[in-house]
Amino acid sequence: MDILIAAALAVLQPHMLIIILLGVTAGLFVGALPGLTATMALALMLPFTFTLDALEGLVALGAVYMGTIYGGAFTAILLNTPGTPSSIATTFDGHPMAKQGRALEAISVATIASVVGGVVGVTFLLIAAPPLAQLALKFGPAEMFWVAILGLTLIGSLATGSLLKGLLGGAIGLLIGTIGISPIGGESRFTFGWPPLQAGVSLIVALIGLFVIPELLQMIRRGQASLEPSDTIGNTGFQFMSALRTVLSKPVNLVRSCAIGQVIAVIPGAGGSITSLVAYNEARRWSKTPETFGKGNPEGIVASESSNNVMVAGSMVPLLTLGIPGAPPDAIILGVMLLHGLRPGLDLFTQTGVLANGFIISMGLAALMLAPIGLLGGRLIYRVIIRTPHYFLVPTILIVTILGTYALRNNVIDVAIMLGLGVVGFLIRGLGLHAAPIVLGLILGTIAEQGYVQSVLGGMALDIPQLRLVANPLSQVLIALIVLVIVWAAWPKRFSRKKQG
Amino acid sequence: MSEIFSTRRTALAGVMAACIVAVPAMAQDFPSRAIEYIIPFNPGGESDVTARLQEPLMEEALGISVNVRHQPGGGGAVAWADFQANAEPDGHEIIGINIPHIVAQPIQRADAGYTTEGFDIITWFHMTPHVVVVREDSPFQTLDDMIEFARENPQSLTVGGSGTFSGNHLEALRLQELTDVQITYIPFTGTGPLPAAILGGHVGAVISNSTLGVEMGDNVRVLAVASEERLETLPDAPTFRELGLDIVGGTYRGVAVPNGTAPEIIEVLADLFTEMNQTLGERQVPMGFQMTDIRGEDAIDLMVRLREQYGDFLN
Repeated sequence: MDILIAAALAVLQPHMLIIILLGVTAGLFVGALPGLTATMALALMLPFTFTLDALEGLVALGAVYMGTIYGGAFTAILLNTPGTPSSIATTFDGHPMAKQGRALEAISVATIASVVGGVVGVTFLLIAAPPLAQLALKFGPAEMFWVAILGLTLIGSLATGSLLKGLLGGAIGLLIGTIGISPIGGESRFTFGWPPLQAGVSLIVALIGLFVIPELLQMIRRGQASLEPSDTIGNTGFQFMSALRTVLSKPVNLVRSCAIGQVIAVIPGAGGSITSLVAYNEARRWSKTPETFGKGNPEGIVASESSNNVMVAGSMVPLLTLGIPGAPPDAIILGVMLLHGLRPGLDLFTQTGVLANGFIISMGLAALMLAPIGLLGGRLIYRVIIRTPHYFLVPTILIVTILGTYALRNNVIDVAIMLGLGVVGFLIRGLGLHAAPIVLGLILGTIAEQGYVQSVLGGMALDIPQLRLVANPLSQVLIALIVLVIVWAAWPKRFSRKKQG
Repeated sequence: MSEIFSTRRTALAGVMAACIVAVPAMAQDFPSRAIEYIIPFNPGGESDVTARLQEPLMEEALGISVNVRHQPGGGGAVAWADFQANAEPDGHEIIGINIPHIVAQPIQRADAGYTTEGFDIITWFHMTPHVVVVREDSPFQTLDDMIEFARENPQSLTVGGSGTFSGNHLEALRLQELTDVQITYIPFTGTGPLPAAILGGHVGAVISNSTLGVEMGDNVRVLAVASEERLETLPDAPTFRELGLDIVGGTYRGVAVPNGTAPEIIEVLADLFTEMNQTLGERQVPMGFQMTDIRGEDAIDLMVRLREQYGDFLN
């Protein structure tokens, strides 16, 4: 307890609060720009943190991280384009709300959900890091394979129209994911002898291409922005109180989404990209009115934004206790810790407890600061986007998108792939194929492949190496879950069909 | 391959001899603009963090700005191919290089897009020797225990490492060859997932870089180090040579310029990197790095030697 108080005092210094304020603000804008990711923001800050002491440096990184993940919600709501992979699910209901003239309400809901998620994640990190870390270690290659398969079952429900088209999208995603150097084995695949393709198709590149470009092409085709000033009639305030009521009126959804975010965050390698999709899917599955999802139901935003902000602190659990980065930005935080001579492990919490706990508490403060900064910044971004005519908006977003894509890996090929996927994405959207299943296939294909090959390799001494995949109790639990999800997804549809018939 | 190296070595000697006669004009103009320092990997890794430490020191010493730029992809190959095709040989574009990557990839892949000889190496500035690591409660107290288990249970011992035909993998193959046992190597993507693999018991042991052994502290036991002498940071870990196995190797990191860069410029840069190693060493030696200064002929010899050592596995 003494350590916690000392840590809180160390963080509640004026200059620390300023660092957090600046970090969250900077992160918010970076997150709102498609192509600029949390990983990139943290990498750019690295040299800057060397001039600070260890605690200040970590506090700055944590604040930017928190701000970035939240900032992705703005473009998701206003432009139907997720600023970061973790806000894909925010587009599903956020943008329909904006189209109904409820953009500021959607932003308020996203903000409150993010604050709750951030604080919940930090609380769990403070009180339950060691047991959560033990849970993280249970996920070996075989378990990761089944987690990926479980994630792929989401496609069944993400495909709002036809299941077949959803599965087709997922398959396209899996196929795109195989381009480049294979994660295990190191062979070149589908590079057609062309060296630049060794880099494969990065998730962010595909995300920007498949979400942003079709939206821009849509704006050009319709000759107007996706939101018009006329959409905003009657939308004068943040509707903060009503948003707060919306978030708190469905406590089960909030608790469930935070729990999902927490569990997925500690599984190393699953990453933040799927937490919000899983939470969204569950919110819809358990809702009494699942048909309202995807048409502007604030519960969808609550699920997505609370779970992805839990993930920020949640992924610090394996990082701080075991030295395992749970998501890509964590690798940079680990690098900074090591440079300051801080080794992850339980000693971090005892010998350097003020520092470790101070860092965690600062993330909680950063989460709280999302509210004022987000509501003010949100209003600013909203006004800019609403008042800019589409003939300025489209080229501006396009340029930012191209720059962001290039900056990702300093690779022109990535820009070409992004634009190419964008045009393809626009065309297949007309056929009813959506971007979400494709991106999901891209994310999970690599995880599934690695898990499968690693566990089968590990079973080389067995007569049938594949048995290794089902040997552990946790694998069996996951398999049972997968069967349950598929059965559940198949059943209600039949019921409703019978009712209609 | 080694023939190519020797031809190159002769050529290099010739160039060097010519330079003693010719008055170096270009070196005086160097640097005349900002230096691009390309890192062919993701942010946060050893190469990146080292470059971030070097960046301000270089700016201070040269009085120009230095831009560290990431170009990850294909295990480094995308950046290396791009660099050999497009970089100007005037010392203002430098790139991080790694052994064994730049030796192994061009042999392994038909479409790597670059050649090992296509770089003029400034210096290999540090290395991280390979280590064999087991969890602290593992039944293997010594490397012999582990080898004995593998001998009695062919293929049962799983050893994790970073990548396929990477330094970790090649070292595992060499250990197998020298001890005549069958182990199962399981590649992971990078060093990042290895702590989880070892602490979660998903593999029996890990072959990785010395930095991992230091970082994981008391959670693990380091059974052997592939360095010539014991490391200060891992005083209880014996070297492979002490244990009767001739294994010395690790990941070397360095910097290079394109072929055809004036030798004086290379020397200016090499001296600078050596000087920076003094400062960097204070931070990096405690993390498990070994600071080195391998340049000129020695840099090429190193690649020839490792190429011979690992060559059979790669073809």
